[in-house]
Amino acid sequence: MSNEMDRQWTTRLRHRVLKVLPPEKVMPDTQPTYVSSWIYVFGVTTVAALIVVIASGCLLALRGPLWWHTSSIGLFVNSLHLWSVEIFFFAMVIHLWGKYFMAAWRGGRALTWITGVVTFVVSIATAFTGYLSQTNFDAQWISTQAKDGINATGGGAYFNVLNTGQMLMWHIVLLPIAIIALVGLHVLLVRIKGVVPPFEEPAKVAVES
Amino acid sequence: MTKRFRPDVDAPEWKGGHSPYDILKEGAIALLVVAILTIGLAIVFGSPDEPAISLKTWSTATPVDFAQDALSQLNATSETATYGPPYNNVSTGQQLGPLQLAKWVGVTMQINTAKVFVIDPLKSQPAQPALKGALAQWSSASSSTRASWVANYTKSATKMKWVAGAIVVNATNAGPVPEFITYLTDMARTGALDAVLTQQSAFYTTNYTLPLLFLEDGTYLSNQATHEHLAGDQWGMMNETGNYPGQAWLWLYTFWYQVPPFNSSGNADILVWGLMMLLTLLLALVPFIPGLRTIPRKVKIYRLIWKEHYQNLD
Repeated sequence: MSNEMDRQWTTRLRHRVLKVLPPEKVMPDTQPTYVSSWIYVFGVTTVAALIVVIASGCLLALRGPLWWHTSSIGLFVNSLHLWSVEIFFFAMVIHLWGKYFMAAWRGGRALTWITGVVTFVVSIATAFTGYLSQTNFDAQWISTQAKDGINATGGGAYFNVLNTGQMLMWHIVLLPIAIIALVGLHVLLVRIKGVVPPFEEPAKVAVES
Repeated sequence: MTKRFRPDVDAPEWKGGHSPYDILKEGAIALLVVAILTIGLAIVFGSPDEPAISLKTWSTATPVDFAQDALSQLNATSETATYGPPYNNVSTGQQLGPLQLAKWVGVTMQINTAKVFVIDPLKSQPAQPALKGALAQWSSASSSTRASWVANYTKSATKMKWVAGAIVVNATNAGPVPEFITYLTDMARTGALDAVLTQQSAFYTTNYTLPLLFLEDGTYLSNQATHEHLAGDQWGMMNETGNYPGQAWLWLYTFWYQVPPFNSSGNADILVWGLMMLLTLLLALVPFIPGLRTIPRKVKIYRLIWKEHYQNLD
């Protein structure tokens, strides 16, 4: 019976997950004492801003893509969406540079770094499609100018920035799914690997296992 | 046994202490602070919403500019008519050295500007004897005759005027072209052209490719953008109307368009895209690139970040 249970997919997956990511790593109640700088605030701030971005985007979606042009409440919700995006990028860029100057890829954390950079790039694409979905003068101008860059790569043949419906679907469905998945993976990797320790003199240290 | 320590790749094993850390409390406080900050910024600054320009707005404000654009669609000299892939094969598109990416992917949205921007919209209008006659004359003419009419009208159109609510061009041997330009301008001024180009015979629509291309080919949209400090040489891609931060994260992408050789190259877009893709790849692969991954250890900004830790060591 026990052997049979151990061969089950579910049991094997649970064992594997618990080995890689035990509960004390998922929800830690202590942290190394070197984690005591304001720079650490910007990672969690980025995630917090993403939550506000998604929440305000969901509010905007309730009444459709044109609602905010004709309603003062809609315009305010659009303002919330805009400013949460600005905070999101502000925090993310500081987080990125902070992690660069900590060389946060050390100790087998390269994938954490890479998922962070990819998240940054996908976030730019998401914000860009948001600007194209505004159905106002900004959207007209940005789309007609941006088409030349994307067309030059050949991508414009299938990713048509002048097709407002296509851009809106990318903005509110496909790219947010990608961002949530990437941020989830990024945070999981941080929890699995922990926060990178400070540089030390090589002669004094043993390599982190 | 310890293996050779690589300071830019390996991390030292932490043998120091730990302090209490409430991850949920930290997240909750961050969310609260960001939410309050967002609400505050939204109340104080709001957000821009400059209404979209329609073909009706444009043709009403500057009918001659609109009519010149319509003529450029008919004589196939507009930006769209000469664009190349993905709209047509008139040119090869931009090149990155030997790479002709746009050409290789090909035309996926075939646009014959004379047909889709002028003739088809006019055909969609309820029968008007003069227009019906002009379209019949066009349909029955050979392509060389049509080209001759359009060329004759184009020659005279440099002195195009707007007089008493009508486009005036003193052209001879221009066939039905004067009627086309006049009717299309009238059509635009009533808003009918917006509807025809947007709907393209469909009831529901979300694709604005045609009206946006038509709009961009004229000078009205770009003049408005320049007025709003949004032109390409004004760091346009990252700005938005009003005094808002816009897409500030595009600063590096936009920067290249301001400097040589990109600001004068016919292949600027693909050059900038190629460069940005390369830089992005380098950023993603920093952990594996000697030199780039060494900078943090050399510049020692980490000593500010972990100031307390190093003070305790000392």
